[in-house]
Amino acid sequence: MNAAVMPNAEAASAAAGDAPLVVAHDLAKTFDVSAPWLNRVLERKPRTLLHAVDGVSFEIERGKTLALVGESGCGKSTVARLLVGLYEPTRGGMHFDGQDAQAAYRSSSGRQLRRRIQMIFQDPYASLNPRWLVEDIIAEPLHEHGILSGKDAMRERVGELLRSVGLSPLDMAKYPHQFSGGQRQRISIARALATAPEFLVCDEPTSALDVSVQAQVLNIMKDLQRERGLTYLFISHNLAVVRHVSDQVGVMYLGRLVERADKAELFARPRHPYTRMLLDAIPQMHAVGRARTPVQGEVPNPLNPPSGCAFHPRCPHANARCSAERPALLQLSGVRVACHAVEEGRI
Amino acid sequence: MKTTLARWFDSDVGYSFRTSPMAIAAAVIAFVCVFSSVFAGWVAPHNPFDLASLDLMDARLPPAWMEGGSTKYLLGTDDQGRDILSAVIYGARISLIVGVVSVLLSVVVGVLLGLLAGFWGGWLDAFLMRLCDVVLSFPAILVALLIAGVGRALFPNAHESLAFGVLIIAIALTGWVQYARTVRGSTLVERSKEYVQAARVMGVPPLRIMLRHVLPNVLGPVLVLATIQVATAIITEATLSFLGVGVPPTSPSLGTLINNGNAVLFSGEWWVLVFPGAMLVLLALSVNLLGDWLRDALNPRLR
Amino acid sequence: MSLLQVKNLVVEFPTRRGTLRALDDISFEIAPGEILGVVGESGAGKSLTGAAIIGLLEPPGRVAGGEIVLEGQRIDNLGYEQMRHIRGRRIGAIFQDPLTSLNPLYTVGRQLVETIRTHLPVSHAEARQRAIDLLKDTGIPAAEQRIDHYPHQFSGGMRQRVVIALALAAEPKLIVADEPTTALDVSIQAQIIQLLKRLCRERGAAVMLITHDMGVIAETCDRVAVLYAGRVAEIGPVREVIHQPAHPYTGGLMASIPDMDSDRERLHQIDGAMPRLNAIPPGCAYNPRCLRVFERCLQERPELLPAGATMAACWLHDAADPHRGHAALLAQHERALAHGERAAPDAAQALPEVQP
Repeated sequence: MNAAVMPNAEAASAAAGDAPLVVAHDLAKTFDVSAPWLNRVLERKPRTLLHAVDGVSFEIERGKTLALVGESGCGKSTVARLLVGLYEPTRGGMHFDGQDAQAAYRSSSGRQLRRRIQMIFQDPYASLNPRWLVEDIIAEPLHEHGILSGKDAMRERVGELLRSVGLSPLDMAKYPHQFSGGQRQRISIARALATAPEFLVCDEPTSALDVSVQAQVLNIMKDLQRERGLTYLFISHNLAVVRHVSDQVGVMYLGRLVERADKAELFARPRHPYTRMLLDAIPQMHAVGRARTPVQGEVPNPLNPPSGCAFHPRCPHANARCSAERPALLQLSGVRVACHAVEEGRI
Repeated sequence: MKTTLARWFDSDVGYSFRTSPMAIAAAVIAFVCVFSSVFAGWVAPHNPFDLASLDLMDARLPPAWMEGGSTKYLLGTDDQGRDILSAVIYGARISLIVGVVSVLLSVVVGVLLGLLAGFWGGWLDAFLMRLCDVVLSFPAILVALLIAGVGRALFPNAHESLAFGVLIIAIALTGWVQYARTVRGSTLVERSKEYVQAARVMGVPPLRIMLRHVLPNVLGPVLVLATIQVATAIITEATLSFLGVGVPPTSPSLGTLINNGNAVLFSGEWWVLVFPGAMLVLLALSVNLLGDWLRDALNPRLR
Repeated sequence: MSLLQVKNLVVEFPTRRGTLRALDDISFEIAPGEILGVVGESGAGKSLTGAAIIGLLEPPGRVAGGEIVLEGQRIDNLGYEQMRHIRGRRIGAIFQDPLTSLNPLYTVGRQLVETIRTHLPVSHAEARQRAIDLLKDTGIPAAEQRIDHYPHQFSGGMRQRVVIALALAAEPKLIVADEPTTALDVSIQAQIIQLLKRLCRERGAAVMLITHDMGVIAETCDRVAVLYAGRVAEIGPVREVIHQPAHPYTGGLMASIPDMDSDRERLHQIDGAMPRLNAIPPGCAYNPRCLRVFERCLQERPELLPAGATMAACWLHDAADPHRGHAALLAQHERALAHGERAAPDAAQALPEVQP
């Protein structure tokens, strides 16, 4: 067989050494959401820029999972799309296995890169073309990258992929609407695995699924990671799910990374005030009747972010410096936090 | 083939068809018209274009059920002895050919431009939409007249088939706008869907995404519009032929026949006008009704 | 006396391929001032239950059997006009999407005043004052100015507060809330749930909270009903249902929810999926996926039987049935799975499994 053989965990880490597979440095993306030119001229409105992502840096080691959590408007989905090349960053970039990803995406070596990085989307109903057979959907990356030729070889491979996500090879002759949400999400995973990628970006893959179906899909994802040495970037707003799947967790707020730590450390000892409030705000199933301390205020309008630290209007520990100066992501005892109060030892 | 037919029959659309008497009636009428037009040589009792078979002695005969009529000419004859029934059948064929081909042309042009506008966005989208606005501001008949007139002026001794071509292009040129707009709207919706993004992440080139992913999903409304527009195209062609700038007089369409009948209406030979007119109405109506039914059948909310 | 009684409710959808039973013999009660959670996965029928109670079933769906009794009066067979008076005055509704729950063309104040004046005999000025008080009560700052704002000028969380104010405007005794926090961020969810609890306790209104989020149920409700394939699988006090589930489905569900306290390698998963409405198996609807299925489950549909502190629709709890003792073992097995421990050894040998 050719290079389509899946690398397993040992081979992967032996080959790579200790360098992280994915290194994102100062990623930023600004969208121009100004009114049309004519309106701007007539109504004398200024250009409106949306800083969806504003300087995000992280590393992911091979075979591990980094989870990005945050609420709506924090930019985590934009980060996902920057990594897979759907958007071009305004600033900064990503290095994949030592290679500059952004340059690759712009050039012809992008094709090679796209074999190694794949994405799984949130909406199981919109992520599969309703007019295509499942066989064609899963075989498309094989066609596109010329991995296999011959209808029989393709069919066999599609059958293998379906089996690896817990579906039957007979399912390839059906249309997406004949499957439930959880099964469709599994088909998406099978499609993403077709090119034997090393890195999977998962944008809220289970948010639209029922709890028991979510459990099935999460279990499959973990099994696949173990068998094939996959690296995941897992985006979610559900901290309980994140706790189950991740090795490292990054918390985002209004386009910035406010805390990044190993999972156990983050959940046991959250440093940043926003992380603490987020953890406190989750409804706990086993703590029946416990009242939570709700977070004050709401996420501000991303078009008009607060000055200095974006969280300061809602933060109980904010001082004058917080409203003036934006905190940098500093390393403190194994954890990275962007908070003046933590830096100054106030909390 | 059989299984796809069986599957369609059992689907929601097939069920809707089976239970709608109007759709079945319209389909039957349309089928009969189309069939007789395609096989006009066998269906029509006479050939109205064969000058040798015309008998001036049989001119101006009324329809068979009236006094003076003959069963040889069921719907009567015109002032040259041509059988009206045969003329109507051949004329319907011309009308149908012009109607269907011009609609096909507008669909191809409109869908392509709509896809490009929706997919590319930016200045191309703005330019194409302004073009649509400009085309829409001209009345269709006027544009068709203009093009037909210009065509004749440029090629005064042209062969007949060129006249057909000019006519078809004239009608197509005004019809493409609605497809472009509809397809553009649907393309904008589909483009933001995740299966398109998945294809982009995979590295599929944009053209292939446009044609293989987006196109099948935006064709639904196009089908409905095209069906209804066949009726409009037939009527437009009839109008143009009535005005004398449509098909050449040697291949009369229903419009030409109506024009001829108009001239002799007040001398009492009503059948020369009425039967071509009735055929035109029947054809346009049945196609229109089919289009209506199709639109309701494909509308997920009404099911 | 209970505020709301749902007795053997059946909701059907006639389609060209036959009649689908979306709700099949559902019964429960809500006491005055109580918060009942209705939980279940997609397709279980929880939103339909809410819709049937408010009288907003979309045709061709219809109530085909059973009764809905509000404060002693039957409401499922009322005409449109009569139902309209009940809606708003005696039953309030909160839906999932605050964006579409409010009419974007009218100010918030106008919508509130309209609701108040439809149901209560007050003057316009008095209604407006009530509306301002309601907005203040739901935590909207500067209520006197914001009452004249349009819905699009509020953020998502604020809009949901307005919707709550709207639901409480005519002082109903029962609020039906269908996924009120699903579309909101986690931090806002906490605020809205707190608000709902406080306001309903203050006004003595009972709440029927429909959601798929067990965490919200745990925090808010007094009792909870678990729906599966249009039937009630289990119903009882919230603490008991979560910690000592008596129905195998409830147990599996609780065990498959990732929670913040434990670190498990694999989540417990229930294999298979909820049956579609046109493919519900005979007997107990859960029997294809149940770990403890036996012959009776395949033939007879179980009624709600007392099982400890809760009621569960499962033959394992039939006092007369020899399989009864195994319900306890099953519960133990599920609890063990929930904590990531290996299953209790006895549980594995408990019953000869029926191979379907």
